[in-house]
Amino acid sequence: MNIHESAEVTREEFKKNTQHKRLKSLTNIGLVAPALSIYLTFSLWPLLNTFRLSLYQTTDSGDRKWVGINQYIELFGNPIWSDQFFNALTNNLQFFGIHVVVQNSIALFLAVLLALVSSRASTFYRGIFFIPTLISVVVVGFVWQLILSPIWGITPNLFDSLGLDHLFAPWLGLESSALITVGLISVWQNVGLPLLLFYSALIAIPQELIEASRLDGLSEWACFWRIKIPLILPTIGVVNILTFIGNFTLSFDLIYAIQGGLAGPSFSTDVMSTLLFRTFFGFQTQLGDHGMGATIATCTFLLILFVVGMYLLLIQRRLRIH
Amino acid sequence: MFLATNNLHKKILAISLLAYGLSDASIASDAEKQVAYDRPVVLTLESWRSEDAKIWNNEILPVFEALHPGIDVVFSPTKPTEYNAALNARLDGNTAGDLISCRPFDNSLELFHRGHLLDITQIDGMKHFSDVAKSAWSTDDGDATFCIPVASVLHGFFYNKNIFSKLDIDKPSTEAEFFDVLKKLDKASGLTPLAIGTKDQWEAATVGLNLVGPQYWEGENGRLGLINGSKAFTDPQFVEAFSVLERWRPYLSRGYQAQSYSDSQSLFLLERAAIYPGGSWEISGFQSEAEFPIGVFRAPVKSEGESCYISDHTDIGIAINSRTAHRNEAMLFAEWLTTQSFANLLTNKLPGFFALSDHPVTVDNPLAQEFLGLRTDCMSTIRLASQILSRGQPSLGNALWTLSAEVLNGTKSPLEAALDSQNIIEGKRK
Repeated sequence: MNIHESAEVTREEFKKNTQHKRLKSLTNIGLVAPALSIYLTFSLWPLLNTFRLSLYQTTDSGDRKWVGINQYIELFGNPIWSDQFFNALTNNLQFFGIHVVVQNSIALFLAVLLALVSSRASTFYRGIFFIPTLISVVVVGFVWQLILSPIWGITPNLFDSLGLDHLFAPWLGLESSALITVGLISVWQNVGLPLLLFYSALIAIPQELIEASRLDGLSEWACFWRIKIPLILPTIGVVNILTFIGNFTLSFDLIYAIQGGLAGPSFSTDVMSTLLFRTFFGFQTQLGDHGMGATIATCTFLLILFVVGMYLLLIQRRLRIH
Repeated sequence: MFLATNNLHKKILAISLLAYGLSDASIASDAEKQVAYDRPVVLTLESWRSEDAKIWNNEILPVFEALHPGIDVVFSPTKPTEYNAALNARLDGNTAGDLISCRPFDNSLELFHRGHLLDITQIDGMKHFSDVAKSAWSTDDGDATFCIPVASVLHGFFYNKNIFSKLDIDKPSTEAEFFDVLKKLDKASGLTPLAIGTKDQWEAATVGLNLVGPQYWEGENGRLGLINGSKAFTDPQFVEAFSVLERWRPYLSRGYQAQSYSDSQSLFLLERAAIYPGGSWEISGFQSEAEFPIGVFRAPVKSEGESCYISDHTDIGIAINSRTAHRNEAMLFAEWLTTQSFANLLTNKLPGFFALSDHPVTVDNPLAQEFLGLRTDCMSTIRLASQILSRGQPSLGNALWTLSAEVLNGTKSPLEAALDSQNIIEGKRK
C-alpha cells in the first residue's frame, strides 16, 4: 500500500463519514417525527386551543365574542365562581394529601416487605396488589358503593354483628367524610403502581452496599433509613409528582362514578376536573359555558405546570447530583 | 405424474373458487342494489328516558313506521343526569340525532337560540296544544315554538296498600294527618316510613320540595311571584316549604344520606318502605316490579278545606334538529306527534306520561287514572325553578337540588336554605 493509496482512502472515508452523519441526523428526525407529530396534534395544539377558547365568551346566540382576560377576572373576582374554584382546589389538595400520606406510604411499606421475601412469593403478591388497578373505575365505584351502602351493604351488618353499630355512618353521604372515603377507595385501587415503582427501585440497590453496611454493624432499621431511602429518593420524587398529576386528571373518573357530576354531598367531593366538567358541558339545568370551562382548564394546567416545573428545577436536579 | 395432477387439482380448485367468489359477489351486489333501492330513512330520536326505550322501540314507534314504510325511527336514550351535557356536545359537533327530546323551558330555549332546533310554529297540528302546554317550548314572547309538547307528569306519594291496611291507616289529606301516618309507620318494626335519599340530590328538590311545596307557596301564584320579584324565598311561605321537608328527617331510612334514587325505588318495591314520594313517570316500572297493590295520594294540604295544588309538570317535548339530513321525514314524524293516535299510544303504553294535546283520550291504567283523579279538583303548577329562574350562574334549579338535600341532611336550616336561594335570585337581578 503506498501513500497515494492511503490518502485516497482517508478522503473517501471522510466523505463516507459526513454522508453517514447526515443520514444519521435524518434518521433521528424521522424516528422522532411520528411521536412528535402525535404530541403536537393531540397534546400541544389542544392545550393552546383551550387557552385561546378561554379568551372568548359564548353569547346566547352561540357566537364567540373576544373578551380578553375578563373570564379570569370573573373566575377569581366573582364569589359565585371563586368559591367553587377554591373549594375544588382545596378538595384536590386534600385528595393529594390522602394519596401521599396513605397510598404512597402503604406502597413503600409493602414494597420493602416484597423485596425481603422470595421472588416467587413476591411475584404472587405483586399480582394481587396490582389487580385493583386493572379493574374498570366504574366497577370499582359500583362495588364500593354497594359495600358501604347503609341499606344493602356488608359494612353495616359487619359493624352490627361486632356490636359497633354506633360507629357506622353513611360515609359517602356525609360532608365530613365523603372526600376521605372516596380518597381511600382511590388508594385501594391505585396502590399497585407506586408499589411496583418502589419495588423495582429497591431491588436495583446493589447487594454489596447492603452487605457492607451490615458488616459495619448497621441494623435493618438503620439500613433502611440510611442506605435504602436515600438511594430510592429519585423514585419517591417521581411517584409523588405522578400522584400530583394523577390527582388532577384521574380523580375525575372515580368521583364521577361514585358521587355523580354534582360531586355531592354539597360539593364536598368537587375537584377541579368535576367543576370543569359541569362548567364546560353543563349539568342538568346549568347550561354549558365553553369559555369559562376553558378558563378553569387553563388554570388547572398552569397549576400543574408550575408545580411540576418547580419540582424538576429545584428538586429533581439535586437528587441527581446526590 | 402425481405432481402434475396435484397441480391440476389446485388449478381447478382455484378456478372454481374464483368463479364461486365472482358469482357470490354478483349476487351480493344485486341484493345490495335491492336494499339501496328501498332502504328506509333512519331517524334517531335522542331522549333521557332509558327506562322507556323498550316501549318506544317496540310499541310506539312501529305504529308510525307502519304508516310511513320508508322511515325507521330509533329511540336512543342517554342517562338522565348526563343528557343535557351529552346532547349539547353532540349538537355542537353535529353528531346529534335527527329528533331531539326537549327538556322544558330554558335548556331547550337556549338550543333554539343557538340555531340547533327548527322553528315548528307553523306545523298544522300545533292547534291541538294549549298555550300552557306550548309555553314550556316557546320563546319568551310566545312568537315561536320549537318543540312539539309531548307529555306532562304529575307528582304524588305512592303507598303500599297492604301495609296501610295491615296497620289500619287511611290515606292522609292534611299535613297533620300525614305526619300522624308517618309516626304510626315508624312504630312498625323494620319499616321505613318514607323512601327518599339524598345521595343523588335531585329527588330532594324534585319529589321533595316541588311535591309538597306548592301547597305553601300557592302553586303558580308563588312561582310567578318569584319571577316578577313580588315574592321572595325568605317569605314565610317558602321557608315553611323547606321546614316541612326538614320534618321528614326522622322518618327516613338509616343512612339515607348515602341512599341513591334506585335504592329508594328498591326499598319501596321490596316492601321495606311504605310511602314513596315520586311522580307518575314511575308507574310502569313500579307496576311491572311490585308484588303488592300500589295506591297514590296527593301532597297534603296545610289544613282541611284549603285549596290544593298539584305539580303537573310539562316534562317532555320533541324537536327537529335543524341540521338533520332528513328534514321532510322528521316533519312527518313531528306531525304524527300531534295526532290523536299518538296521544292515545303514549298515554296508554307509557302510563304516567299524559299527552298534552287536546284530543280526548281514555286512560286504561288504573294507577294512571288515580293520578289523573288527583288533578281534577286541584290547581296545576310546574316545578318552581324551571322557567326563567334557572338562567345564568349559578343555576337556581341545580342549587335547589343541593339546598333541599342539605335541609334533608340537617346541614342547613330551612331559613338558611331560603336565604341562599334568595341570594341566587338577587345576585342575578343586579
